[in-house]
Parts: sequence; C-alpha cells; structure tokens
Amino acid sequence: MTVLSILAMVLVTLGLFFFTVGTIGILRLPDFYTRLHAAGKCDTLAAVLVIVGVAVYNLQPFSFGALLVSGKLMLIAGFVFVTSPTATHAITEAALVLGVKPWQRKGKNRP
Amino acid sequence: MREIKEYTAGEDLIIKTSVRLLVPFIQLFGLYVIVHGHYSPGGGFQGGVLLGASFILLALAYNIKTSQEYLSIGVNALFSNLGPAIFIGVGVLCTVFGGLFLDYSALDLLIPLGPVEWRSFGIFLIEVGVGLAVMNIMVLLYWNLSSGGNMDEGL
Repeated sequence: MTVLSILAMVLVTLGLFFFTVGTIGILRLPDFYTRLHAAGKCDTLAAVLVIVGVAVYNLQPFSFGALLVSGKLMLIAGFVFVTSPTATHAITEAALVLGVKPWQRKGKNRP
Repeated sequence: MREIKEYTAGEDLIIKTSVRLLVPFIQLFGLYVIVHGHYSPGGGFQGGVLLGASFILLALAYNIKTSQEYLSIGVNALFSNLGPAIFIGVGVLCTVFGGLFLDYSALDLLIPLGPVEWRSFGIFLIEVGVGLAVMNIMVLLYWNLSSGGNMDEGL
C-alpha cells in the first residue's frame, strides 16, 4: 500500500461521494433548475476527482508511458471542468427562453 | 410572482467564450486522431467528425456567418471534393504502379521507402482523404439543414 494508492483511493472515494450527493439532489429537489444545479456542480467535481484519482493510480510503476497516459487523463479532466458547467448553463438558458418557471414555496405571500 | 427577465437565444457570453476557448483544442485533437489513426484508436472518420463538430459548435454558439468566416463555402466545396479525390487517387495510383486497388506496397516504385513503410503510410494518406471528406460534408449538411438550403442564417 503505497502513498499514491492511498491518495488515489481518497480521491476516487471523494468523487463517488459527490456523485451520490448529486444523485440525491436530482431525486429530491423540487424543480428543473434546482435539479440542474445539483447535477451540474456535483457531477463536474465528482468526474474530475475520479479522473484525477485514476491518473494518480496509473502512475504506480512509474514510467514515461504511464506519465503520458496520466497527462492525457489530466487533459480530459480539464476538458470536463470547462464543458460540463457550460453545458449545464446552456440547458438552463434554453429552459429560461422556453419559459420554464422557477419553483417557489406555496402558501405564503412571496413577493 | 417575480418577473423573469426576457432572454433571447444565441447571445450568451458564457457559451460564446467557452466555445472560443475550446474550438482550437477540439481541432487539434481531431488532427491527432487522424494522424494517429493507424496505430491507436481513431482514424479518418472519427477525426473528421471531431473537426466538423468544431465548426458546427461555432455555428451553434455564434451563427452560420461566423463559422463561414473560418471555413468559407468555397473552401468547403473544394475540400469535400478533394477528400474523395485523395482516396480514389491513391487507390488508382497503386494500380498504375502495378499493384491491386489500394495495395500501397506498389507505391514503393514511386518513392522507395520499403513496402512495409508504404503500407503504413498509405493508410495515413487514405485517412487524410476520409477525414477531409467527412469534416466538410458534415459541416455542409449542418449548414443546409439548419438554414433551409440558404446557408446564410439559421439556428
């Protein structure tokens, strides 16, 4: 059990935790926008954490080839980190243009 | 009920900025997939789809005019004919030098690299042709379908 193994395990477990939180958010939150709020942020961070964990785990018998594969995985992580929030934003904007109303608590006189 | 501000589609700073940031990297990755096609996953079709998708992304985030500033209609028409021409040309050139159709080792008579190297390099030439054709036909299909054949404005 090396240091890199433990680091990879911690990263992947954190990623799975955020995936779980995002899934609970999708299931429990009341409307479209809040569900996208949960899905966009949690899934982005979770995917990046899992990919970085896999990249760290891949480095274990250290060689140039393993470094190359880990570098490509880090590039994928950067790509996900840019594109996933943008896609969420685009879907939210499309919903706003189509006139989906945000959820509000019923019963009270809200402004 | 609070009033929701009116939004218009296609004028979003975040989408435009991230598309402008990503398109060069998508195109670089498309070239990488084409060039490395004969000894790693990928190839001409997949790389061409990536290259075409980068222009479609530009047309989606901005408009068709903007994507035509980077890939004009004339260049598009030229490349979408040049791709099949490269494919057929390399294949016919093999028969001219005495091999079968697409038997690249016959091209050894043209430039002496050795038959094994020519078999590898010939696949690369074919994939360049396939990539050019796929990229430009994809972009052309998107332009025509989204603007009703006018290729000027649309989504």
